[in-house]
Amino acid sequence: MTIQIRYFASLREALGAGETLTLEPGAPALTVGALREQLIARGGAHAEVLARGRALRAALNQTMCAETAEIADGAEVAFFPPVTGG
Amino acid sequence: MSSTTPARPRVSIQTEDFDLSAEVAALRAGDGAVGAVTTFIGTVRDRHAGQPDPDSASISAMELEHYPGMTERAIEAMIDEALRRFDIRAARVVHRVGPLAIGDQIVLVAVSSMHRGESFQACEFLMDWLKSEAPFWKKETTLEGARWVDARVSDERALARWGIASTNASVPAP
Repeated sequence: MTIQIRYFASLREALGAGETLTLEPGAPALTVGALREQLIARGGAHAEVLARGRALRAALNQTMCAETAEIADGAEVAFFPPVTGG
Repeated sequence: MSSTTPARPRVSIQTEDFDLSAEVAALRAGDGAVGAVTTFIGTVRDRHAGQPDPDSASISAMELEHYPGMTERAIEAMIDEALRRFDIRAARVVHRVGPLAIGDQIVLVAVSSMHRGESFQACEFLMDWLKSEAPFWKKETTLEGARWVDARVSDERALARWGIASTNASVPAP
């Protein structure tokens, strides 16, 4: 299963625009929060900008989501700071 | 409106500036039921409320980023909800992205209705929702360098008045 990950604003500056993540077949269902944990576990810049306690929002397939949202094959998951438009 | 008239887009995300008069004219065009138009324009400020010296400029430029695709969809959904909640005729949102200078126009919300009350309300509703839930990010250049703008809890409270909960600016418990 593959997931498209995207970052915006300060996260994009730290981690790049995103990446395609390939998970082994038969891997258990992944939530957005569990994906965040996997990325934090890489350490370095990922651990810093995705750290728990930092204000962060997520979108699944271009809709704002909670971290309990389940990621399906082919999904697009985005992480970004609180929004500040208008 | 004639059925052969192509529908105008309700949402535009663009680097170019926009023309208020042209936007209002297009919003009203062909709809004889319109008796009121309310518009809001947000512009680039050169200072913050709460900065050490309230009377001096502290910001020299701004840059805006968005999430292509999601931003448009999010605002389309907000307009759909405004049409459900308020007796309005049409609504339009234009939001600029990319580099902007002090005084530049950032965002336009325009709403038409038969009577003023509904368009006033719908315009404020759309703006309050956009502030806390549309994926845009502002980066400002200050005397100390460039920095990403912090979200404000007061914007969440403005949205809560409409019965919509947001946790955009709230920092989660560690």
